[in-house]
Amino acid sequence: MPAVSKGDGMRGLAVFISDIRNCKSKEAEIKRINKELANIRSKFKGDKALDGYSKKKYVCKLLFIFLLGHDIDFGHMEAVNLLSSNKYTEKQIGYLFISVLVNSNSELIRLINNAIKNDLASRNPTFMCLALHCIANVGSREMGEAFAADIPRILVAGDSMDSVKQSAALCLLRLYKASPDLVPMGEWTARVVHLLNDQHMGVVTAAVSLITCLCKKNPDDFKTCISLAVSRLSRIVSSASTDLQDYTYYFVPAPWLSVKLLRLLQCYPPPEDAAVKGRLVECLETVLNKAQEPPKSKKVQHSNAKNAILFETISLIIHYDSEPNLLVRACNQLGQFLQHRETNLRYLALESMCTLASSEFSHEAVKTHIDTVINALKTERDVSVRQRAADLLYAMCDRSNAKQIVSEMLRYLETADYAIREEIVLKVAILAEKYAVDYSWYVDTILNLIRIAGDYVSEEVWYRVLQIVTNRDDVQGYAAKTVFEALQAPACHENMVKVGGYILGEFGNLIAGDPRSSPPVQFSLLHSKFHLCSVATRALLLSTYIKFINLFPETKATIQGVLRAGSQLRNADVELQQRAVEYLTLSSVASTDVLATVLEEMPPFPERESSILAKLKRKKGPGAGSALDDGRRDPSSNDVNGGVEPTPSTVSTPSPSADLLGLRAAPPPAAPPATSGAGNLLVDVFSDGPAAQPGLGPTPEEAFLSELEPPAPESPMALLADPAPAADPGPEDIGPPIPEADELLNKFVCKNNGVLFENQLLQIGVKSEFRQNLGRMYLFYGNKTSVQFQNFSPTVVHPGDLQTQLAVQTKRVAAQVDGGAQVQQVLNIECLRDFLTPPLLSVRFRYGGAPQSLTLKLPVTINKFFQPTEMAAQDFFQRWKQLSLPQQEAQKIFKANHPMDAEVTKAKLLGFGSALLDNVDPNPENFVGAGIIQTKALQVGCLLRLEPNAQAQMYRLTLRTSKEPVSRHLCELLAQQF
Amino acid sequence: MIKFFLMVNKQGQTRLSKYYEHVEINKRTLLETEVIRSCLSRSNEQCSFIEFKDFKLIYRQYAALFIVVGVNDTENEMAIYGFIHNFVEVLDEYFSRVSELDIMFNLNKVHIILDEMVLNGCIVETNRARILAPLLILDKMSES
Repeated sequence: MPAVSKGDGMRGLAVFISDIRNCKSKEAEIKRINKELANIRSKFKGDKALDGYSKKKYVCKLLFIFLLGHDIDFGHMEAVNLLSSNKYTEKQIGYLFISVLVNSNSELIRLINNAIKNDLASRNPTFMCLALHCIANVGSREMGEAFAADIPRILVAGDSMDSVKQSAALCLLRLYKASPDLVPMGEWTARVVHLLNDQHMGVVTAAVSLITCLCKKNPDDFKTCISLAVSRLSRIVSSASTDLQDYTYYFVPAPWLSVKLLRLLQCYPPPEDAAVKGRLVECLETVLNKAQEPPKSKKVQHSNAKNAILFETISLIIHYDSEPNLLVRACNQLGQFLQHRETNLRYLALESMCTLASSEFSHEAVKTHIDTVINALKTERDVSVRQRAADLLYAMCDRSNAKQIVSEMLRYLETADYAIREEIVLKVAILAEKYAVDYSWYVDTILNLIRIAGDYVSEEVWYRVLQIVTNRDDVQGYAAKTVFEALQAPACHENMVKVGGYILGEFGNLIAGDPRSSPPVQFSLLHSKFHLCSVATRALLLSTYIKFINLFPETKATIQGVLRAGSQLRNADVELQQRAVEYLTLSSVASTDVLATVLEEMPPFPERESSILAKLKRKKGPGAGSALDDGRRDPSSNDVNGGVEPTPSTVSTPSPSADLLGLRAAPPPAAPPATSGAGNLLVDVFSDGPAAQPGLGPTPEEAFLSELEPPAPESPMALLADPAPAADPGPEDIGPPIPEADELLNKFVCKNNGVLFENQLLQIGVKSEFRQNLGRMYLFYGNKTSVQFQNFSPTVVHPGDLQTQLAVQTKRVAAQVDGGAQVQQVLNIECLRDFLTPPLLSVRFRYGGAPQSLTLKLPVTINKFFQPTEMAAQDFFQRWKQLSLPQQEAQKIFKANHPMDAEVTKAKLLGFGSALLDNVDPNPENFVGAGIIQTKALQVGCLLRLEPNAQAQMYRLTLRTSKEPVSRHLCELLAQQF
Repeated sequence: MIKFFLMVNKQGQTRLSKYYEHVEINKRTLLETEVIRSCLSRSNEQCSFIEFKDFKLIYRQYAALFIVVGVNDTENEMAIYGFIHNFVEVLDEYFSRVSELDIMFNLNKVHIILDEMVLNGCIVETNRARILAPLLILDKMSES
């Protein structure tokens, strides 16, 4: 091997890299990079033709810069030129640049395609490989159109070199995945399968990937690959063949190819042909046998390679799920790994065993390892290994060991990592329900769950326990007694209060005979928790109280007293207030009979799949789309958020899609009036409908949160790099704004550019852009006369408190403006906190000796610092509900001043700055938007809803933000736009 | 399928990145930071596989350099784990005792090696001699 000098003799590259390494700060690094980019750009643009060496050097530099996270926006053309070079070195650099830096929708694709076409036709295998690699890397549709027909031919041609075939196989795979319609199935497909027989292992390795993909899409067309794959595998595993060339890795024959072949076989059920099947079983047994043999090498690489094959073999055995003997052997093998000192093997063994546990043949064998797994749950130092152990316990659980497993998991829960608590809670809840022999055990388990990990008990879990208790009358008395006891704890979790409140409200009468839990005791116990609870829980408790009035008439006076208290009847929360008022009236107006009918015991819930199971499935299900593409967070961490989110108020607040005014809202669902309609409502709350489950919202949640993070600190520096001291005369020096100033301002609420003011002397144009809490505005002052303006001085004034709310830095402009000329003034604006009045712009000058002055309102309104936020319907509703305090909402009903055109309205709302959310409002005529006002001090989340009424030519506009003045101000601003 | 192949040092500086699925450049930096952070936070007692978003990271540490491979669930963890070492062995053979500096100064060659071994997210070649063949041609040509 040649000794390779550092940087391959490219001194310039070495110097550049050392420079970057020596940079003390990010700024210095960026400066150095910009300098280098300028240098390379000038070299590329220069007249002098660059030699191969220089080109190579510059491309390497660009690659390095790209690696540091800087986008490269030039050099593509040079790279494309390199493609047509005849020198391998230059061509290679060109292809490298393109495969790293060009994405599939580049405009250069056509030029690149041309070069590829030439190279493919060159019959020079190295050139062909480069071209094929390039297609495999870029793989755009246009490339597919150009080459999809050629590649299969190259792949199966008898005279193609091995390396070309390898590249062609993966290239075809890429095109097939990207645009399957472009790859015609044809006679080549039969021959592709035969590549499994190719004498060259590299070709087989490449071909297996392609064939696996083809098999998944058209299993029937490629069935023939089974026997070929088996025979290939058999030859490798038995090391009988001499064609292993140098593919033996630390005494393990072709480990990666073996793994791929075993994967390929997992596309199909066990082979039907007895001979093939026999041969395959023999292979699998050989692999299992070899695992027991003493290693041929002490090197860890040897055992790693061997174990890779072993795990894949076990996967195949599990996939077939038809050979009891093999399944049990696989289980024993994994059992050995459970105690291995390598964490990697323990992890993989637990993972594999989890799938093994669901097979009827090996379930019992897996169960024998229960103690080891429980031990792993307790002692493993790696959370992901512990998580696997918990998964395995869940998978191996059945009636025989449920009590042991549930109690171990409960014990583990006390110390479990926060990241996996919710999942453990769900699992325990499911196991307890599934394997409950007596339901008192179930109730105990769930209450234990709430006690140990109340924060992680999602609403599905406690909904479910209520469903079960309601449906099984044998456990109701026990449940009432147990919750009553649990509530005696001085500090109990709010979820316990909810469960307790509901159960006592329904079944408290079953324990009322005992003087220790007499009705007044029950009531005072519940009411002692009342003040510490959230609105949702308090609403639920109010319903419990009215049920108490029905169950225990002796508590009526006390409870009416509570309902009548000012803190209930005049509660700031509409829902609580409404319940208090309605229940109080109900209890005094209705006769005992009516009350008994209205507050009858809840009917049994319809049997349905446990909503907990559905939730666990969602957690486990693969995330929609790739996390790489959209930067979504993983489902598990998302669920953790879901778990600790403020208790959703769905239970108590009217459905958000109903009338937002709430007056005609549906009756509170947790109150159980006996009318059939209301009964259904309760069922709805407990069902999986989206509205009933806020907090389970998928990932947009995350995006919304991340948007709330303060902007990166660099941005203000960049935008406000050259501040000029603001010449800021006191507000007393300037006159009041001109009468039409407000009207002019309104024109700019939904747009950023335009003519702000015009008279016969002067025209003022505005161009502005805003990002986060920063803005830059260009004012253009045009002298419309032919005479020079003198002492021209435009200044910005902050009336009142504005000084502390908005920072505006202006640059001075020339004092003279020639006739017909235009001067430009730049304003840098920073929003410090929310503000209501815009700054004033005062312009003074002398025209023909006469002083002129003019004061305008600068078109900077709070909505300019709006960041649109996209969110899903349920997130929107959840947030909408969270902003339910009366002062957080502003509403205006007003007559349309302009024709009511949906498209225009849309444009205006977008111009206003909010995101428009589709499919949120049940009425498609309505507009719903969301965004965040970015200021330096704080962010204000805003939700808005505009309901046009075409018949009446009216609008109703509702805004909810977390700050009262902002809601009102935005509402006023926006209402004037329609 | 392999989603990406990264070499990042302990300071979080990326030394090589190859993506087999298109990722925006600004998201790349973010992803790389997150990836290295989760690798750095692990101890020797933890396994080399990290469940990360909806895929898995398989990583190995060589001196101050982490090699991290992102894969979806169609890959065999142990095979990738071994494959990373195979890759390092190839680098070691070519650069004779490879160091982080070799990788920085010969980025294009490391790319060639990786391209020979992984194409389109699939392992395509594992034989050292064949992996290095094109590179040797290249070296011969630049000498002459």
